[in-house]
Amino acid sequence: MSDEVILLDVYASMFGMRVRIALAEKGVEYEYREEDLGNKSPFLLQMNPVYKKIPVLIHNGNPICESLLILEYIDEVWKDNKSPPLLPSDAYHRATARFWADFVDKKVFDLGRRLWTRKGEEQEAAKKEFIDALKLLEGELGNKPYLGGDKFGYLDVALVAYYSWFYAYEKCGNFSIEEHCPKLVAWAKRCMKKESVAKSLADPIKVYEFTLMLKKKYGLE
Amino acid sequence: MAEVQVFGVWSSPFVRRVEMGLKMKRVEYEYVEEDLKNKSDLLLKYNPIYKKVPVMLHNGNILVESLIILEYIDEVWEGPPILPKDPYERARARFLAKFIDDKCASPIWKACWSKGEEREKAIVETTEALKILENELKGKKFFGGDNIGLVDITANFIAGWFLGLQEFLGLQILTKIISLI
Repeated sequence: MSDEVILLDVYASMFGMRVRIALAEKGVEYEYREEDLGNKSPFLLQMNPVYKKIPVLIHNGNPICESLLILEYIDEVWKDNKSPPLLPSDAYHRATARFWADFVDKKVFDLGRRLWTRKGEEQEAAKKEFIDALKLLEGELGNKPYLGGDKFGYLDVALVAYYSWFYAYEKCGNFSIEEHCPKLVAWAKRCMKKESVAKSLADPIKVYEFTLMLKKKYGLE
Repeated sequence: MAEVQVFGVWSSPFVRRVEMGLKMKRVEYEYVEEDLKNKSDLLLKYNPIYKKVPVMLHNGNILVESLIILEYIDEVWEGPPILPKDPYERARARFLAKFIDDKCASPIWKACWSKGEEREKAIVETTEALKILENELKGKKFFGGDNIGLVDITANFIAGWFLGLQEFLGLQILTKIISLI
Protein backbone atom coordinates (compact mmCIF):
# COMPACT_ATOMS: atom_id res chain seq x y z
CA MET A 1 0.00 0.00 0.00
CA SER A 2 1.44 3.36 -0.90
CA ASP A 3 1.42 6.18 1.61
CA GLU A 4 -0.74 9.24 1.31
CA VAL A 5 1.14 12.23 2.72
CA ILE A 6 -0.27 15.77 2.77
CA LEU A 7 1.41 18.84 4.26
CA LEU A 8 -0.69 21.86 5.21
CA ASP A 9 1.72 24.78 5.29
CA VAL A 10 2.47 28.43 4.56
CA TYR A 11 5.40 29.35 2.30
CA ALA A 12 7.11 31.75 4.72
CA SER A 13 6.65 29.65 7.86
CA MET A 14 9.91 28.47 9.39
CA PHE A 15 7.96 25.72 11.14
CA GLY A 16 6.64 24.49 7.82
CA MET A 17 10.12 24.66 6.29
CA ARG A 18 11.41 22.25 8.94
CA VAL A 19 8.89 19.63 7.83
CA ARG A 20 9.68 20.21 4.15
CA ILE A 21 13.40 19.65 4.85
CA ALA A 22 12.74 16.44 6.80
CA LEU A 23 10.46 15.00 4.12
CA ALA A 24 13.07 15.86 1.47
CA GLU A 25 15.83 14.26 3.55
CA LYS A 26 13.81 11.04 3.71
CA GLY A 27 12.80 11.20 0.04
CA VAL A 28 9.10 11.11 0.91
CA GLU A 29 6.65 12.18 -1.78
CA TYR A 30 3.84 14.36 -0.56
CA GLU A 31 1.15 16.80 -1.57
CA TYR A 32 1.89 20.37 -0.49
CA ARG A 33 -1.14 22.57 0.27
CA GLU A 34 -0.66 26.28 0.89
CA GLU A 35 -2.99 27.69 3.53
CA ASP A 36 -4.26 31.25 3.78
CA LEU A 37 -3.99 32.09 7.49
CA GLY A 38 -6.51 34.88 7.09
CA ASN A 39 -9.00 32.34 5.74
CA LYS A 40 -8.17 28.90 7.10
CA SER A 41 -9.52 25.93 5.22
CA PRO A 42 -12.16 23.72 6.90
CA PHE A 43 -9.73 20.85 6.36
CA LEU A 44 -7.04 22.58 8.45
CA LEU A 45 -9.55 23.34 11.21
CA GLN A 46 -10.62 19.70 11.17
CA MET A 47 -7.04 18.38 11.23
CA ASN A 48 -5.80 20.76 13.94
CA PRO A 49 -8.84 21.76 15.99
CA VAL A 50 -6.82 22.50 19.11
CA TYR A 51 -4.40 25.09 17.73
CA LYS A 52 -5.75 25.68 14.19
CA LYS A 53 -2.15 26.21 13.01
CA ILE A 54 0.23 25.00 10.36
CA PRO A 55 2.21 22.92 9.70
CA VAL A 56 0.06 19.80 9.87
CA LEU A 57 1.31 16.55 8.36
CA ILE A 58 -1.45 14.14 7.42
CA HIS A 59 -0.22 10.60 6.89
CA ASN A 60 -2.81 8.12 5.64
CA GLY A 61 -5.53 10.27 7.20
CA ASN A 62 -3.77 10.72 10.57
CA PRO A 63 -2.90 14.34 11.44
CA ILE A 64 0.31 15.18 13.26
CA CYS A 65 0.73 18.75 14.56
CA GLU A 66 3.61 20.81 16.00
CA SER A 67 6.70 20.93 13.79
CA LEU A 68 9.19 19.37 16.22
CA LEU A 69 6.80 16.50 16.91
CA ILE A 70 6.34 16.05 13.16
CA LEU A 71 10.13 15.76 12.77
CA GLU A 72 10.22 12.97 15.38
CA TYR A 73 7.30 11.23 13.67
CA ILE A 74 8.96 11.42 10.24
CA ASP A 75 12.18 10.04 11.72
CA GLU A 76 10.35 7.13 13.36
CA VAL A 77 8.16 6.19 10.40
CA TRP A 78 10.60 6.53 7.48
CA LYS A 79 13.56 4.97 9.12
CA ASP A 80 14.87 2.52 6.56
CA ASN A 81 15.26 5.10 3.83
CA LYS A 82 18.43 6.14 2.09
CA SER A 83 19.26 8.88 4.59
CA PRO A 84 20.60 8.47 8.14
CA PRO A 85 18.27 9.13 11.10
CA LEU A 86 17.62 12.75 12.03
CA LEU A 87 17.81 12.19 15.77
CA PRO A 88 20.98 10.88 17.44
CA SER A 89 20.95 7.23 18.51
CA ASP A 90 22.25 7.88 22.02
CA ALA A 91 19.58 8.77 24.62
CA TYR A 92 21.55 11.62 26.17
CA HIS A 93 22.37 13.21 22.81
CA ARG A 94 18.71 12.92 21.90
CA ALA A 95 17.75 14.72 25.11
CA THR A 96 20.30 17.45 24.38
CA ALA A 97 19.02 17.89 20.81
CA ARG A 98 15.43 18.13 22.07
CA PHE A 99 16.47 20.64 24.71
CA TRP A 100 18.10 22.96 22.17
CA ALA A 101 15.25 22.62 19.67
CA ASP A 102 12.85 23.59 22.46
CA PHE A 103 15.17 26.53 23.29
CA VAL A 104 15.00 27.66 19.65
CA ASP A 105 11.21 27.70 19.83
CA LYS A 106 11.06 29.37 23.24
CA LYS A 107 13.63 32.08 22.49
CA VAL A 108 14.52 32.60 18.85
CA PHE A 109 10.96 32.73 17.54
CA ASP A 110 9.58 35.19 20.11
CA LEU A 111 12.61 37.44 20.13
CA GLY A 112 12.75 37.43 16.33
CA ARG A 113 9.10 38.38 16.17
CA ARG A 114 9.60 41.20 18.65
CA LEU A 115 12.54 42.34 16.55
CA TRP A 116 10.52 42.81 13.39
CA THR A 117 7.28 44.05 14.97
CA ARG A 118 8.52 46.55 17.56
CA LYS A 119 10.40 49.84 17.40
CA GLY A 120 12.72 51.96 19.52
CA GLU A 121 13.83 50.71 22.92
CA GLU A 122 11.69 47.58 22.78
CA GLN A 123 13.30 46.59 19.50
CA GLU A 124 16.80 47.28 20.81
CA ALA A 125 16.16 45.11 23.86
CA ALA A 126 14.80 42.30 21.67
CA LYS A 127 17.81 42.61 19.36
CA LYS A 128 20.25 42.17 22.23
CA GLU A 129 18.42 39.14 23.64
CA PHE A 130 18.09 37.68 20.14
CA ILE A 131 21.85 37.91 19.57
CA ASP A 132 22.50 36.41 23.01
CA ALA A 133 20.25 33.47 22.17
CA LEU A 134 21.99 32.89 18.83
CA LYS A 135 25.37 33.08 20.58
CA LEU A 136 24.30 30.28 22.94
CA LEU A 137 23.42 28.17 19.91
CA GLU A 138 26.75 29.09 18.35
CA GLY A 139 28.39 27.83 21.55
CA GLU A 140 26.52 24.56 21.21
CA LEU A 141 27.78 24.26 17.62
CA GLY A 142 31.38 24.75 18.73
CA ASN A 143 33.77 23.50 16.07
CA LYS A 144 31.44 20.83 14.71
CA PRO A 145 30.31 21.08 11.09
CA TYR A 146 26.68 20.61 12.14
CA LEU A 147 24.67 20.97 15.34
CA GLY A 148 24.08 17.25 14.99
CA GLY A 149 27.84 16.60 14.93
CA ASP A 150 29.42 15.21 11.80
CA LYS A 151 26.05 14.76 10.17
CA PHE A 152 23.16 17.11 9.51
CA GLY A 153 20.36 16.22 11.94
CA TYR A 154 17.23 17.13 13.88
CA LEU A 155 18.63 20.23 15.58
CA ASP A 156 20.08 21.54 12.32
CA VAL A 157 16.62 21.13 10.73
CA ALA A 158 15.01 22.88 13.70
CA LEU A 159 17.21 25.97 13.45
CA VAL A 160 18.22 26.33 9.79
CA ALA A 161 14.64 27.22 8.78
CA TYR A 162 15.15 30.51 10.64
CA TYR A 163 18.02 31.35 8.29
CA SER A 164 15.46 32.35 5.66
CA TRP A 165 14.24 34.97 8.15
CA PHE A 166 17.67 36.42 8.95
CA TYR A 167 17.49 38.96 6.14
CA ALA A 168 14.11 40.23 7.39
CA TYR A 169 15.38 40.45 10.98
CA GLU A 170 18.49 42.33 9.83
CA LYS A 171 16.58 44.80 7.68
CA CYS A 172 13.99 45.48 10.37
CA GLY A 173 16.52 45.67 13.18
CA ASN A 174 19.23 47.40 11.18
CA PHE A 175 22.07 45.07 12.14
CA SER A 176 24.14 42.21 10.81
CA ILE A 177 23.73 38.75 12.31
CA GLU A 178 26.95 37.58 10.66
CA GLU A 179 28.88 40.31 12.47
CA HIS A 180 27.80 38.91 15.85
CA CYS A 181 27.57 35.20 15.02
CA PRO A 182 29.90 34.44 12.11
CA LYS A 183 30.21 30.72 12.93
CA LEU A 184 26.45 30.29 12.97
CA VAL A 185 26.03 32.01 9.62
CA ALA A 186 28.84 29.85 8.20
CA TRP A 187 26.97 26.79 9.51
CA ALA A 188 23.74 27.98 7.86
CA LYS A 189 25.51 28.44 4.52
CA ARG A 190 26.96 24.95 4.87
CA CYS A 191 23.43 23.58 5.41
CA MET A 192 22.18 25.51 2.38
CA LYS A 193 24.52 23.43 0.20
CA LYS A 194 22.26 20.47 0.91
CA GLU A 195 19.52 20.12 -1.68
CA SER A 196 16.87 19.31 0.93
CA VAL A 197 17.53 22.63 2.67
CA ALA A 198 18.03 24.80 -0.42
CA LYS A 199 14.76 23.73 -1.99
CA SER A 200 12.75 23.91 1.27
CA LEU A 201 13.71 27.33 2.57
CA ALA A 202 11.73 30.35 1.47
CA ASP A 203 13.47 33.12 -0.47
CA PRO A 204 14.67 35.64 2.17
CA ILE A 205 13.54 38.58 0.02
CA LYS A 206 10.03 37.11 -0.17
CA VAL A 207 10.07 36.59 3.60
CA TYR A 208 11.03 40.24 4.10
CA GLU A 209 8.22 41.32 1.76
CA PHE A 210 5.88 39.09 3.77
CA THR A 211 6.84 40.94 6.99
CA LEU A 212 6.29 44.30 5.28
CA MET A 213 2.86 43.15 4.16
CA LEU A 214 1.97 42.02 7.68
CA LYS A 215 3.27 45.25 9.21
CA LYS A 216 1.07 47.25 6.88
CA LYS A 217 -1.92 44.99 7.56
CA TYR A 218 -1.60 45.34 11.32
CA GLY A 219 -0.48 48.97 11.35
CA LEU A 220 2.97 48.24 12.73
CA GLU A 221 4.91 50.64 10.54
CA MET B 1 27.25 9.57 45.03
CA ALA B 2 24.08 7.91 43.74
CA GLU B 3 23.90 7.02 40.06
CA VAL B 4 20.77 9.17 39.67
CA GLN B 5 20.11 12.48 41.38
CA VAL B 6 17.01 14.66 41.12
CA PHE B 7 17.10 18.32 42.11
CA GLY B 8 13.65 19.61 42.94
CA VAL B 9 11.24 21.37 45.25
CA TRP B 10 8.46 19.57 47.10
CA SER B 11 5.76 21.81 45.65
CA SER B 12 6.63 21.39 41.99
CA PRO B 13 4.45 19.08 39.88
CA PHE B 14 7.16 19.17 37.20
CA VAL B 15 9.59 17.57 39.66
CA ARG B 16 6.93 15.04 40.67
CA ARG B 17 6.66 13.97 37.03
CA VAL B 18 10.31 12.99 36.94
CA GLU B 19 9.99 11.06 40.20
CA MET B 20 6.90 9.26 38.89
CA GLY B 21 8.84 8.23 35.79
CA LEU B 22 11.78 6.93 37.84
CA LYS B 23 9.45 5.07 40.19
CA MET B 24 7.64 3.43 37.26
CA LYS B 25 10.98 2.03 36.11
CA ARG B 26 11.97 1.17 39.71
CA VAL B 27 15.09 3.31 39.48
CA GLU B 28 16.70 4.33 42.77
CA TYR B 29 17.68 7.95 43.03
CA GLU B 30 18.86 10.56 45.46
CA TYR B 31 16.55 13.54 45.88
CA VAL B 32 18.00 16.98 46.61
CA GLU B 33 15.59 19.69 47.80
CA GLU B 34 16.35 23.15 46.43
CA ASP B 35 15.40 26.51 47.89
CA LEU B 36 14.17 28.53 44.91
CA LYS B 37 14.71 31.81 46.75
CA ASN B 38 18.32 30.85 47.30
CA LYS B 39 19.34 28.58 44.43
CA SER B 40 22.36 26.42 45.02
CA ASP B 41 25.55 26.84 42.98
CA LEU B 42 25.07 23.31 41.71
CA LEU B 43 21.61 24.08 40.29
CA LEU B 44 22.88 27.22 38.57
CA LYS B 45 25.79 25.22 37.17
CA TYR B 46 23.59 22.38 35.88
CA ASN B 47 20.84 24.56 34.45
CA PRO B 48 22.45 27.90 33.61
CA ILE B 49 19.93 28.81 30.91
CA TYR B 50 16.66 28.39 32.80
CA LYS B 51 17.92 28.04 36.42
CA LYS B 52 14.91 25.84 37.21
CA VAL B 53 13.97 22.49 38.67
CA PRO B 54 13.73 19.64 37.93
CA VAL B 55 17.29 18.75 37.01
CA MET B 56 18.28 15.11 36.80
CA LEU B 57 21.82 13.78 36.82
CA HIS B 58 22.59 10.33 35.51
CA ASN B 59 26.18 9.08 35.25
CA GLY B 60 27.43 12.59 34.62
CA ASN B 61 24.63 13.40 32.13
CA ILE B 62 22.68 16.56 33.00
CA LEU B 63 19.02 16.55 32.00
CA VAL B 64 16.53 19.44 32.29
CA GLU B 65 12.88 20.05 31.29
CA SER B 66 10.50 17.47 32.73
CA LEU B 67 9.08 16.13 29.44
CA ILE B 68 12.54 15.71 27.95
CA ILE B 69 13.67 13.92 31.12
CA LEU B 70 10.67 11.56 30.92
CA GLU B 71 11.58 10.57 27.35
CA TYR B 72 15.17 9.94 28.46
CA ILE B 73 14.01 7.77 31.38
CA ASP B 74 11.82 5.78 28.98
CA GLU B 75 14.72 5.22 26.60
CA VAL B 76 17.35 4.31 29.17
CA TRP B 77 15.54 2.00 31.58
CA GLU B 78 13.52 -1.15 31.05
CA GLY B 79 10.14 -1.51 32.65
CA PRO B 80 6.59 -0.33 31.96
CA PRO B 81 6.66 2.00 28.93
CA ILE B 82 6.02 5.70 29.46
CA LEU B 83 5.42 6.35 25.76
CA PRO B 84 3.46 4.13 23.36
CA LYS B 85 5.31 2.10 20.73
CA ASP B 86 3.33 3.20 17.67
CA PRO B 87 4.74 6.41 16.07
CA TYR B 88 1.33 8.02 15.63
CA GLU B 89 0.29 7.25 19.22
CA ARG B 90 3.66 8.62 20.39
CA ALA B 91 3.04 11.83 18.45
CA ARG B 92 -0.45 12.11 20.04
CA ALA B 93 0.94 11.56 23.54
CA ARG B 94 3.70 14.15 23.04
CA PHE B 95 1.17 16.59 21.60
CA LEU B 96 -1.17 16.25 24.58
CA ALA B 97 1.67 16.55 27.07
CA LYS B 98 2.83 19.74 25.40
CA PHE B 99 -0.76 20.98 25.27
CA ILE B 100 -1.06 20.45 29.01
CA ASP B 101 2.09 22.49 29.61
CA ASP B 102 1.23 25.23 27.12
CA LYS B 103 -2.51 25.59 27.60
CA CYS B 104 -3.47 24.14 30.97
CA ALA B 105 -0.79 25.04 33.47
CA SER B 106 -0.86 28.80 32.98
CA PRO B 107 -4.64 29.41 32.83
CA ILE B 108 -5.20 27.09 35.78
CA TRP B 109 -2.68 29.05 37.81
CA LYS B 110 -4.24 32.34 36.73
CA ALA B 111 -7.74 31.07 37.47
CA CYS B 112 -6.63 30.37 40.99
CA TRP B 113 -4.55 33.42 41.69
CA SER B 114 -5.69 36.36 39.57
CA LYS B 115 -8.69 38.62 40.03
CA GLY B 116 -11.55 40.20 38.12
CA GLU B 117 -11.53 40.10 34.33
CA GLU B 118 -8.21 38.24 34.14
CA ARG B 119 -9.59 35.51 36.36
CA GLU B 120 -12.83 35.25 34.36
CA LYS B 121 -10.84 34.90 31.15
CA ALA B 122 -8.61 32.28 32.77
CA ILE B 123 -11.62 30.29 33.97
CA VAL B 124 -12.97 30.16 30.39
CA GLU B 125 -9.56 29.09 29.05
CA THR B 126 -9.19 26.44 31.73
CA THR B 127 -12.64 25.00 31.07
CA GLU B 128 -11.96 24.80 27.32
CA ALA B 129 -8.55 23.21 27.84
CA LEU B 130 -9.83 20.66 30.32
CA LYS B 131 -12.72 19.77 27.99
CA ILE B 132 -10.20 18.91 25.28
CA LEU B 133 -8.36 16.67 27.74
CA GLU B 134 -11.55 15.03 28.89
CA ASN B 135 -12.41 14.25 25.28
CA GLU B 136 -9.08 12.43 24.92
CA LEU B 137 -9.86 10.31 27.95
CA LYS B 138 -13.27 9.06 26.71
CA GLY B 139 -13.79 5.41 27.50
CA LYS B 140 -10.25 4.80 28.67
CA LYS B 141 -9.02 4.17 32.17
CA PHE B 142 -5.95 6.37 31.66
CA PHE B 143 -4.69 8.63 28.85
CA GLY B 144 -2.18 5.86 28.25
CA GLY B 145 -4.93 3.23 27.88
CA ASP B 146 -4.94 0.47 30.50
CA ASN B 147 -1.75 1.75 32.03
CA ILE B 148 -0.34 5.14 33.03
CA GLY B 149 1.72 6.88 30.38
CA LEU B 150 3.34 10.19 29.50
CA VAL B 151 0.12 12.20 29.43
CA ASP B 152 -1.13 10.82 32.75
CA ILE B 153 2.16 11.73 34.38
CA THR B 154 2.14 15.21 32.78
CA ALA B 155 -1.41 15.85 33.93
CA ASN B 156 -0.58 14.89 37.50
CA PHE B 157 -0.97 18.39 38.82
CA ILE B 158 -4.57 18.49 37.74
CA ALA B 159 -5.44 15.70 40.13
CA GLY B 160 -3.22 16.79 42.98
CA TRP B 161 -2.56 20.48 43.06
CA PHE B 162 -5.55 21.91 41.30
CA LEU B 163 -8.11 20.14 43.45
CA GLY B 164 -6.35 21.34 46.57
CA LEU B 165 -6.11 24.89 45.27
CA GLN B 166 -9.70 24.91 44.09
CA GLU B 167 -11.00 23.82 47.45
CA PHE B 168 -8.86 26.42 49.15
CA LEU B 169 -9.97 29.23 46.86
CA GLY B 170 -13.57 28.15 46.48
CA LEU B 171 -13.68 27.86 42.70
CA GLN B 172 -16.08 25.70 40.78
CA ILE B 173 -14.28 24.90 37.56
CA LEU B 174 -13.51 21.28 38.10
CA THR B 175 -17.04 20.33 39.08
CA LYS B 176 -17.77 20.83 35.40
CA ILE B 177 -15.10 18.35 34.37
CA ILE B 178 -15.66 15.34 36.56
CA SER B 179 -14.23 12.41 34.70
CA LEU B 180 -10.66 13.72 34.66
CA ILE B 181 -10.41 12.98 38.36
